[in-house]
Amino acid sequence: MKNVRPKADVAIVGLGWCGSLIAEELSRAGLNVVAIERGPWFETSTDFPPSVDTDELRWDTRRSMLLPPAVETTTFRNNITQTALPSREWNLNELGYNVGGSGTHWAGMAWRFTPFDFEPYSQTIKRYGKSQIAKGVILQDWGITYDELEPFYDRFEKIAGVSGKAGKLKGKIIPDGNPFEGNRSSEYPLPPLESMRLTDIFTEGAKKIGLHPFMVPAGQASRAYVNPLGVRMGPCTYCGYCLYYGCGNFSKSSPNACVIPALMQRENFTVLTDSAVVRVNTADDGKTATGVTYLDKNKKEWVQPADIVILSAFQLQNVRLLLLSKIGIPYNAVTKTGVVGRAYSFQTVSGAALYFRNENLNQFIGAGALSSQVDDWNGDNFDHTGLGFIGGAGILVVARGARPIGNADSLPPGTPRWGKDWKKAYTHAFQNATFIFGQGTSFSHEDYYLDLDPEYKDDNGNPLLRVTFDYNDNDRRSAKFIEEKSVEIGKSMGAEQVIGTNSASGSYSPYNFASDHTIGGAVMGTHPETSVVNRYQQCWDVHNLFVLGASSFPNNAGYNPTGTIGALSLWTAKAIIEQYLKNPGPLVKV
Amino acid sequence: MNGDTSADDVANNKVLTRQLPTAADAAAIERGKYVAIASDCTACHTMTESKLSLAGGYLISTPFGGIYSSNITPDVETGIGNWTERDFFRAVRHGKGKQGENLYPAMPYNAYVKLTDEDMHDLWMYMRSVKPIHHQVPETDLGFPFNIRLIMMGWNLLFFRNDSFQMDLSKSAEWNRGAYLVEGPEHCAVCHTPKNIIGGDSSKYLQGSNPGEWHAPDITPDPYTGIGLWSEQQVIDYLKLGSNHVAVASGPMAEAVTNSTQHLTDTDLKAIAVYLKQVPASKTIRPPSIAPDTAQMKIGENVYSANCTACHNSDGKGIPNLAASLAGNPGLMADDASSIITTILQGGRGAVTVGNPTSAAMPSFAWKLSDEQAAAAATYLRNSWGNAAGAVSADEVARARAELKLPAQMAGQ
Repeated sequence: MKNVRPKADVAIVGLGWCGSLIAEELSRAGLNVVAIERGPWFETSTDFPPSVDTDELRWDTRRSMLLPPAVETTTFRNNITQTALPSREWNLNELGYNVGGSGTHWAGMAWRFTPFDFEPYSQTIKRYGKSQIAKGVILQDWGITYDELEPFYDRFEKIAGVSGKAGKLKGKIIPDGNPFEGNRSSEYPLPPLESMRLTDIFTEGAKKIGLHPFMVPAGQASRAYVNPLGVRMGPCTYCGYCLYYGCGNFSKSSPNACVIPALMQRENFTVLTDSAVVRVNTADDGKTATGVTYLDKNKKEWVQPADIVILSAFQLQNVRLLLLSKIGIPYNAVTKTGVVGRAYSFQTVSGAALYFRNENLNQFIGAGALSSQVDDWNGDNFDHTGLGFIGGAGILVVARGARPIGNADSLPPGTPRWGKDWKKAYTHAFQNATFIFGQGTSFSHEDYYLDLDPEYKDDNGNPLLRVTFDYNDNDRRSAKFIEEKSVEIGKSMGAEQVIGTNSASGSYSPYNFASDHTIGGAVMGTHPETSVVNRYQQCWDVHNLFVLGASSFPNNAGYNPTGTIGALSLWTAKAIIEQYLKNPGPLVKV
Repeated sequence: MNGDTSADDVANNKVLTRQLPTAADAAAIERGKYVAIASDCTACHTMTESKLSLAGGYLISTPFGGIYSSNITPDVETGIGNWTERDFFRAVRHGKGKQGENLYPAMPYNAYVKLTDEDMHDLWMYMRSVKPIHHQVPETDLGFPFNIRLIMMGWNLLFFRNDSFQMDLSKSAEWNRGAYLVEGPEHCAVCHTPKNIIGGDSSKYLQGSNPGEWHAPDITPDPYTGIGLWSEQQVIDYLKLGSNHVAVASGPMAEAVTNSTQHLTDTDLKAIAVYLKQVPASKTIRPPSIAPDTAQMKIGENVYSANCTACHNSDGKGIPNLAASLAGNPGLMADDASSIITTILQGGRGAVTVGNPTSAAMPSFAWKLSDEQAAAAATYLRNSWGNAAGAVSADEVARARAELKLPAQMAGQ
């Protein structure tokens, strides 16, 4: 006998940033929305108030908020000649496991991508020609431009309460902002966070060598704030407990702090927690989704019928659910055909370790996105002629608050690893050791992709997602270039020791925490042969299925993904309300 | 005469509550819904977080024992379906059950006696329109002698003023509307006027009272413990948003705001503010503030700095509409420190309103602070940033911790 819930207008899989933003839009438009979240209810006051929040062992070392690999993990190999094995330890695939998703534990770097990032193919061809594209690299335009997305970036920033300073406002370049950013229609809703000693040194050092530093837009409220949904945020206290922690102060932008309080007041919105969706159900002809199947807390199977299904379960889970539901043609890396799982990318990270002689970085102060950055070597902001690669990196320092447990090993080479001298060196390092972070573009490649593992399954008997990935030649060259630039900046900052670092010099490994931005696999595009969803994130094959998240990006920019994920979710919401509801069917004709 | 219910004879005694209203009754039902919201019937007649709206079963704790609220939906077997309109009037305004038995004044008939005939009629029409719910409510059984309802006659003689609302013609229409709302439907005195030993109102009208684990503050225009320094708009903000420049409604008042006052019209909220600002002030004497260098104040400062400043700020001003200001917070300086003790030990959630859905909450610190530390923090708050109030003792905190059934400080703190 089947357990079937009453039909909803919309079923949303995963209540993180994408899920909550679109739930808010669609419920406000009058639709009956049911969100299904596999994690438990989670809120600031009861689950991570300041009285329990500032606990590195619990939240960072032990990752208490994250999806444990024992519940679900991915298998991994660098290329198709290898056998993938499950990643059984904590690794860089950091999924949320709560209402709010990874939006609850993120660091808060709230970026927009630049115009180049959305049209990398046509812009590269125009500027450099086809020979600039390394063999096998997948380069394609998204089907949407920065200008089209701009109003939605604006709205996301206002909902999230982002603190920053515009660099290009209504066509004018503003000093101390980012001169390379896409044009903005309005200033940030809140002024930037206060600069720390580290960001001051970086700003000075960068300016000295002719670069254009600016404060990174931060998902930490620099002032008390009321967002457009009437939800209130408190001012950031710079406590330094951001990434991996919930914010007890209502200061970090998150679905929990910014959207969900307004959402929970709506009678036409329901959230089912501790409920794991295992499949999107489709009609016999496969052209529409009829709803989803999920397992409740007791592993009992339920069906939630719906007129519209939205996958917002995090990039990896979105792709996995499409594959498990047999929606779209899975990518085959041998024949190079199919689309689901194709165009998978990451973040290309290189930089430098810095050790000052006698500084006072006071690293007990910080905030997740309290950073100073230069974009001079990012994206297509510089002339790549003759360099042999495309892309680059945002180069920044991160005044995020030093972690007494986590940083114990980040000491100058040759430092003893225990004993009196280690203690002395670590005490010194707390005021003097830091790093430059080159957060680089990542281009997908035809050899690297996602699919279902042929051997390993989860607790419910469903195959795990298999990641086949390594750095491609383009990104390796880009990383080397950025390492050199980072070392230059480090020297200009006056560090006593500057040691280049490059995570793309060797093989990718999920245990090398270069970044946690896992991207693509259900990408958007202009044609069903090279994408899974169209420019509205609507599935080409199943017109009432929309897939939201970083799974949509065919390439990753030199920035954190959350702002773009948020903007695209709002963009899709508008398309559903204004176009799809009036005339259900494919929104893009090919 | 005290037991005289002739004022209720105006109500019809034939039509039963279970009779479905017609389309012609729509306007009266709409008005009645507003009266029900203003009177906050749901606060007692709906179990907490239950969908069984107005079906009773909520346990009201009183110093005399627990009293179960009754099912007031039109259900015939378990509700008031067979009551006439007159039965309804007599219960609400005179505390008489259908068989003529005395109701306990947990049902605040001594306030509702002021409801006008028109409001009562509309309220009854609304009750006829709500969904009948079959829900058998447990019998209330207070211990002897309070289980003898007849003794309520004596209580009524002493404390029940069987008067309908009288307009004061020397005051504005707005003041009178405020007086009506505060004295009648909103029944503010039930919590905010101190009671004598057998539960009757004392003469210290709205000067603050302790209905349980919380102290309902002085809401007279006293500048020290009351709303004397608040503008009318700040009073309105508190009732409509659940918070203003200084205070955040929490505990039982949060419920009253969420269920009742946030839904009142702006005109009615202004009327309440006007009235409250003209009620006789309590004239509470402000003591000298305790010097910052006493041993307890020093401990308090330390506890506050380490645990509280993230939200309440080092200047004590908090975050408006999110974390209450402690500086200049009149409720904090009441002689009775129950609310601050309960809040520190148990935590407190701010009222959820349409205008402020965030409903920020303060976590419980019972596990983190000892009785000494909590008492020191409370004393420190009550005597810093221009505040002045009596010290709080560790014994008081220990008693509250036991009553609230909260754990002791965790080992290793």
